[in-house]
Amino acid sequence: MLNARDILETITMIQQEHLDVRTITMGISLLDCCHSDPGRMCDRVYDKITRCAKDLVATGEQIEKEFGIPIIHKRISVTPAAMILAACEDRDAVRLANTLERAARACGVNFLGGFSALVQKGFGPGDKELIAAIPEALSETEHVCASVNIGSTKAGINMDAVALMGRVVRESAERTADRGCIGPAKLVVFCNAPEDNPFMAGAFHGAGEPDCVINVGVSGPGVVRAALAKLPEGDLTAVADLVKKTAFKITRMGQLVASEASRRLGVPFGIVDLSLAPTPAVGDSVAHILEEMGLERCGCHGTTAALALLNDAVKKGGVMASSHVGGLSGAFIPVTEDAGMIDAARAGTLSVTKLEAMTAVCSVGLDMINIPGDTPAEVISAIIADEAAIGMVNSKTTAVRVIPAIGKQVGDELNFGGLLGGGPVMPLRTESPAKFIARGGRIPAPMQSLKN
Amino acid sequence: MRAVITVIGKDMVGILAKVSTECARHNINVIEVTQSVLQDLFAMIMMVDISDSDVPFTAFAETITAIGAEMGLSIHAMHEDIFNAMHTI
Repeated sequence: MLNARDILETITMIQQEHLDVRTITMGISLLDCCHSDPGRMCDRVYDKITRCAKDLVATGEQIEKEFGIPIIHKRISVTPAAMILAACEDRDAVRLANTLERAARACGVNFLGGFSALVQKGFGPGDKELIAAIPEALSETEHVCASVNIGSTKAGINMDAVALMGRVVRESAERTADRGCIGPAKLVVFCNAPEDNPFMAGAFHGAGEPDCVINVGVSGPGVVRAALAKLPEGDLTAVADLVKKTAFKITRMGQLVASEASRRLGVPFGIVDLSLAPTPAVGDSVAHILEEMGLERCGCHGTTAALALLNDAVKKGGVMASSHVGGLSGAFIPVTEDAGMIDAARAGTLSVTKLEAMTAVCSVGLDMINIPGDTPAEVISAIIADEAAIGMVNSKTTAVRVIPAIGKQVGDELNFGGLLGGGPVMPLRTESPAKFIARGGRIPAPMQSLKN
Repeated sequence: MRAVITVIGKDMVGILAKVSTECARHNINVIEVTQSVLQDLFAMIMMVDISDSDVPFTAFAETITAIGAEMGLSIHAMHEDIFNAMHTI
């Protein structure tokens, strides 16, 4: 039987501590849309997406009202576009991106992910055309998100792709310089990309996934922080236990929403992604959780340890609460989307090198970091290579989403608005890795790949 | 199907009457009511049966929230499953 304290706890979590389901993401396979004629292919893509996802937004809103739990995003992920582009005689990737944009608008979702290529071991048909089209596609569309997987524990790191992606990130920023360099905010470069990730900008629908599937991403940094605020004393074992219990509750709610959405839409349930995803709203910050544990400011010494504890406890609490766990599952540390991270970056406590260390113990990588506008492409490539190396060796997902702030210098601010937030341009090392990047080739898969 | 109505705000005359009248108007049966005062805030929790309600639950939830807003109270009607999911294993 429910008791009053439990009911009020739930209400407080939702009303005051920003508890929400961050996203319901419908994964849709486009493999049956392949056609040698690009026009026919685009028609099939549009028809399939709008058919599968026609009720997605309405159903999400219905669940939101009935259960009283905010569901912030309804989104779509599709098969990596390079895979279906491969079948075309004329591989016009920008036309495909515009088709995805039209489909996203028709369904009313706020992002569609999957303008993607998986090139960790080399370029297949369609991959180079798609990657070359990313800057133009991100500039012409509003809702389409791109991602490229350039490395994995099994395959090593494709350094030719790394070199290419440095230039693509830069060009994406240059093409959208008049719109706050929004292009690269919709582009993620992955190592060990998950195939069932519901979070943008890196969501795509992997080749091993079913035809159509519902994945849900939960959130709730504010709830974890509020719980910790009630534990001013107590050792770190007690902190970890409290985070686990809170994560369990958050995830149970995500599981409920996921199974309801799956039932009502008649689409199989895939996974719940157990992530702490911050927003720029006050009280919804991962950095503030770390500070609540006892750090003066996020980024100071001790931050990596605190984050490791948090990330692990979130997973341990969440895993029992859900029947299937997947995606990224862990704490996110996007700088411009997190009020505490923004403050720490402005104060100079949080540096890109510290963030790099933090990515070794949490679920993602260098995320939403504004870098100087004159950063050369090879430096961006080297940042990607460093992150990919951390992911490859540790058998985990890492990613890079940096935004070259064209025309801006360290200390200037670049704002995107909305959930993407905004923040200061952060300094990078300026010595050149150009020769290393220009070597190209592949970094061989590490010993960790030989598990069989 | 059961739902939970929570009322949080400053205590005043007629809160229970107003909320239960709205329930009765839509053939919603009140099963259980608990009241408590948290610090100086009034908190009332009603368990209701909405199986025979004559309006869709989402519409009722919007109406009851609006009534709360008029009285300066935070009123929410939510499906009971959200609480069961979160607090029971």
